[in-house]
Amino acid sequence: MRPEGRRNSQGIRVDPEAEVTHDPRQAVLSALVKHRPGVLAEISGLFSRRQFNIESLTVGPTVDEDTARMTILIEEPEPGIDQAKKQLQKLVPVISVTELEPEAVRRELALIKVGGEKPDDVNAVAEMYGGQAVDAATDSVTVEVTGSKQKIDAAVEAFKQFDVQEVVRTGAAALERGADTLEKHD
Amino acid sequence: MSERASVPKEDQTETEQDDDREPITTGAQSVIRALENAGTDYVFGVQGGAIMPVYDALYDSDITHVTMAHEQGASHAADAYGVVTGDPGVCFATSGPGATNLVTGIADASMDSDPMIALTGQVPTDFVGNDAFQETDTVGITQPITKESYFAGDSDTVGDNVSEAFALAASGRQGPTLVDLPKDVTQGETDREPMAPTTPDTYDVPEEADDTDVQEAVEALADAERPVILAGGGVIKADASPALREFATEYEIPVITTMPGIGSFPEDHELSLEWAGMHGTGYANLAITNTDCMLAIGTRFDDRLTGGVDSFAPDAEIIHVDIDPAEISKNIYADHPLIGDAKMVLRQLYDAMPRAPDADEWREQCQDWKSEYPMTYEMPDDEPLKPQYIVETFSEVTDDDTIVCTGVGQHQMWASQFWEFTEPRTWVSSHGLGTMGYGVPAAIGAKLAAPDQEVVCFDGDGSFLMTVQELIVAVREQLDITYVVLNNEAVGMVRQWQDGFYEGRRMASEYPWIPQFDKLAEAFGARGFRLEDEADVEDTIQAAREYDGPAVIDAIIDPAENVFPMVPSGGDNGLFALEESHLEML
Repeated sequence: MRPEGRRNSQGIRVDPEAEVTHDPRQAVLSALVKHRPGVLAEISGLFSRRQFNIESLTVGPTVDEDTARMTILIEEPEPGIDQAKKQLQKLVPVISVTELEPEAVRRELALIKVGGEKPDDVNAVAEMYGGQAVDAATDSVTVEVTGSKQKIDAAVEAFKQFDVQEVVRTGAAALERGADTLEKHD
Repeated sequence: MSERASVPKEDQTETEQDDDREPITTGAQSVIRALENAGTDYVFGVQGGAIMPVYDALYDSDITHVTMAHEQGASHAADAYGVVTGDPGVCFATSGPGATNLVTGIADASMDSDPMIALTGQVPTDFVGNDAFQETDTVGITQPITKESYFAGDSDTVGDNVSEAFALAASGRQGPTLVDLPKDVTQGETDREPMAPTTPDTYDVPEEADDTDVQEAVEALADAERPVILAGGGVIKADASPALREFATEYEIPVITTMPGIGSFPEDHELSLEWAGMHGTGYANLAITNTDCMLAIGTRFDDRLTGGVDSFAPDAEIIHVDIDPAEISKNIYADHPLIGDAKMVLRQLYDAMPRAPDADEWREQCQDWKSEYPMTYEMPDDEPLKPQYIVETFSEVTDDDTIVCTGVGQHQMWASQFWEFTEPRTWVSSHGLGTMGYGVPAAIGAKLAAPDQEVVCFDGDGSFLMTVQELIVAVREQLDITYVVLNNEAVGMVRQWQDGFYEGRRMASEYPWIPQFDKLAEAFGARGFRLEDEADVEDTIQAAREYDGPAVIDAIIDPAENVFPMVPSGGDNGLFALEESHLEML
């Protein structure tokens, strides 16, 4: 006697005939953590050793000097996102973890250094993206742009016409819209 | 478990603070005071430069230090001490190589959720990061294999670090913790008493499961036609074996254990199907494949248990009880997750069950499988000694509370298959990490943890040779341990795989150059026995048991004997090989 059923690679029971895979999706995890040495290493180590696919990770202080906030962009199928949240929560320095809604406020900052031959044209493109020049030398101009990931992608693309010398991006920082805060989730 | 971790120890602290112990003057003394407050009896360790101040403070303490031959031995002894007592075992090592030698044992404890605390010396704070003599980034190295690794930065709070690390190791899902102790911090002055053992404020320990979830789970279980309980190591860790026994017998549900769950349910009970997995019993594996509702408790669904997940309990609704939410649906999707302490949740389930499942036919089916695929071996007259016979004979002459330790390999499987386990905390082995060499030091930790219980260690020749130096500790401490080396002159499990899956190309698996272990034992000052004939098995075992001190039986076994049943890696639990020739068909 052999049972009819089967499970997929995530261990979920599925229709024996069906091909079931979960498509990866992007999620923004926001974590409040103890602000102390080694926390960043502990969290980035968790993501690498459990093979979670992260797009960006930002960290910075909060209003409480003992607490830092991390914003992690992760791309995983649903069970992976769930697992990432639970594994994060398990780390001792992690106070709380939440997945932000897709409509959360997300901002990224990019600094783009381009050749200085056409400063006026560079300025014009910067303005199109709500950015501004923050440094100028005889042969280079550095521009600052902030916005969503898509906007930064587009801006970087647009600046390619000017001999881009260097680009640095911060990765996303994000907060929930409205009055909700991370602490209130718990 | 949180009860055991904090409540009694806080009481103890209060009473001990009233006593007339010397006031603390250094960080090192506060480290030792924190261990005393937590109830530490034994520390397993090896001296060295950066840990010297801590050892100096230990000089004045009632804690007994057991000097091991190698730090790896210290870590395994502490691990086994934790397995047997349920309270964290403690190991010490110096910085650099001392700390890195502990790593295997810490990883082992992490994989098996064994309570343990490691204290490591470190170069003085000013030198950290400069590649000083015997410096290594111990916190960085051990962070992924501990519940938390602490770097003690201050003489005033170093005792608090140790107290917290101790409480954390003991509570919730147990596991190892580490505190790295820079020499200037332990030498530095302080008069602060360490705080009582308390878990960090960010750490929550679940207790009872959600009542609605429990209600849904019991409905599913009561409606099942082919129910099973899968009891993991978490049942033992939560001291939930009596609760499991009560639940299973009241509702007449067959019980399978995982390998770390061995001892959580008596194997001589009629509802027991013993343990499942790669080398588990055929009947346990068939029950897993055919169940329609599985109550899994304190197991992380390791791949050696599940085989390929696509064919694991494919028709079953899964009720998964675990204290660690991250284990829920990690490997096997849980239809009914119950997050909580195994003992408490079993009580909730017991109270909530509306009726016993109607499973007479299923229980009969399980009994039929037991007769159809019994755990047996053949012992023809013209063949060398069979390892299974040695294990079985030993099991028959010993009491139920005898503790069995093992290394890793074929001998480990024979020990778990042919020893009859009936009590929790009597099976001490390396499961998740699979650490060859675990056995010799583990038996030392187990014997000190339970001096009134008999301790036997089955080992393989390859595994024994990896930590054989720790025999000197058993001799020095005059520990009454019987080591049985099931000697087939090979790393037998590797050879078995080479024969089964690599066309018999036996690369680096045969050990024709091993020492005579009985003579090696005598050189250490232990008693050595050589065993080659079936007729001498019982007498040799009795002679070794009667010897008052460590004895080593070098048992020369049939090198052709392999471990069966076997579910090939990633295979279907319902399709197991009973002998070599079956492997080709799977």
